[in-house]
Amino acid sequence: MIVAERKNIDEILRMVEPYSNVAVVACGTCVAVSMAGGEAQALEIASLIRKKARAGGRDVEVTVTSVIRQCDMEFLDALDDRAEIYGAECVLSLGCGAGVQFMAEKYPYKIIVPGLDTTFIGVNRGLGFWTEMCQGCGDCVLEKTGGICPVSRCAKSHFNGPCGGSSGGRCEINADADCAWQLIYDRLKRINQTDRLLEINPARDWRASRDGGPRKLVRADVTVGDNDGE
Amino acid sequence: MTVSSAAASNFRRVLDSGRFSFTAEIGPPMSGDAENVRKKARSLKGFVDAANITDNQTAIVRMSSIAAGYLAYTEGVEPIIQMTCRDRNRIALQSDLLGACALGLRNVLILSGDHQSFGNHPASKNVYDVDSIQLLDAVRGMADDGLFMGGSRLKTPIDIFPGATANPFADPRELQLIRLGKKIRAGAKFVQTQGIYDIAKFRDWMEAVRALGFHERARIIAGVVVNKTQKSMEMTALVPGMDIPESALRRMRDAKNKEEEGIGIALDLIGELKNIEGVAGVHVMAIGWESAVKTISELAGMLPRPSFDEKLEEGSWPETKQT
Repeated sequence: MIVAERKNIDEILRMVEPYSNVAVVACGTCVAVSMAGGEAQALEIASLIRKKARAGGRDVEVTVTSVIRQCDMEFLDALDDRAEIYGAECVLSLGCGAGVQFMAEKYPYKIIVPGLDTTFIGVNRGLGFWTEMCQGCGDCVLEKTGGICPVSRCAKSHFNGPCGGSSGGRCEINADADCAWQLIYDRLKRINQTDRLLEINPARDWRASRDGGPRKLVRADVTVGDNDGE
Repeated sequence: MTVSSAAASNFRRVLDSGRFSFTAEIGPPMSGDAENVRKKARSLKGFVDAANITDNQTAIVRMSSIAAGYLAYTEGVEPIIQMTCRDRNRIALQSDLLGACALGLRNVLILSGDHQSFGNHPASKNVYDVDSIQLLDAVRGMADDGLFMGGSRLKTPIDIFPGATANPFADPRELQLIRLGKKIRAGAKFVQTQGIYDIAKFRDWMEAVRALGFHERARIIAGVVVNKTQKSMEMTALVPGMDIPESALRRMRDAKNKEEEGIGIALDLIGELKNIEGVAGVHVMAIGWESAVKTISELAGMLPRPSFDEKLEEGSWPETKQT
């Protein structure tokens, strides 16, 4: 899932300060699971904004509302008849980067500001603990690497084994981080596929990743009518 | 079109001739001061076959290795241009290979590069468009096949003698040796090792290297770090991938004259390394203490360094094949 982290509260307060009617919009999917942009966090942020405004002697209307997914227009449309949005001068979106932008597309004349920093595609490894597992590079190699991603989990995105800084199974940049290639090696040994390590993986075609410019996916098999993705 | 023999790699000829090679290192300055490089080069001239020119080592911005390498070259010291994958994508790397070639710089050492978080620009973007094995393969393609990575043809293939690095002390050994094998298959003709302090461990590693026949397909050059002070040795011990046994640290700690002891430790190591089967040379790393190299070359019996007038024999290196 997409993991996000709430922005520093001072930064949020600075962004909403000019406005007298602010709607805090939670997102009920990924960022709610990563406890950054769900309804509980929205209520907390709203109360902090009110408190700050009161302390400054300003009168601010702060409302809270929530949608299932801000990255889906079908769910965003549900906001249309909500008074919170209708009256808001500024919308503080607690969606990921995609949610914030879709909100801005949906309401072209409203001020839309982000309440979160979208961090990575990752997994939850314990209460309040997530790690990055995928960079959405567009050309998955997990079949070759024993199910461990060298693109996102090796600090240098190496495709042909560890760098010289791997030591005791740890990455050179952070003794708390596993060396991805140590993990790959251990796993390939367990599944009797160490011969995969002998292959020279050629230079990647990064066009599948962000390097080819913003990506677009159009699937003819599920496209209805004239939808060309535009 | 062939490159004139005058411009061919002297370092390669030394290795080709079977002579024990002796190389050192020049760390480019954190400035545009050409004289700084020239001075370092002059202090090495005649005492080494070639000198590595580091590429923004530990991710600290320094004079470009190709520019510094050219300055060394004009002072009569053949450079081995270090090239890391950290800062340049394949367009810039290939362009720089062409540039190095045009300037007559023939030796290139390909490395991953220390992560930028170690240096003075930790906020920079890390590139790693290609890894070191992919870059070695690119050099091989540009030199042997006359092709750029993108598939278009070079008007003149590059004349570059490519090398790689290996860390005999990194774990797991099997994986590290697999990686070394890939570097050699990708075209590395010489291999410089991480600085060695633990001879027993290195011997053991060389045995594994010989068993795999790597020493017959690439020249293995043993790295020796020279420490001027106890602090420098302690700092060296902190470098990722370094392994300094307690005995060496104690020897430095107990020494009255640290500089003498630093050189003594290096000489003892070189004495041992010379006699290990499959070791084709030593590479002395005395960063910030270039004058030590002269002393070591003399005391280690490395002088005079060989010179070559005859033309480099064609085909003296086995062809590498990509898998």
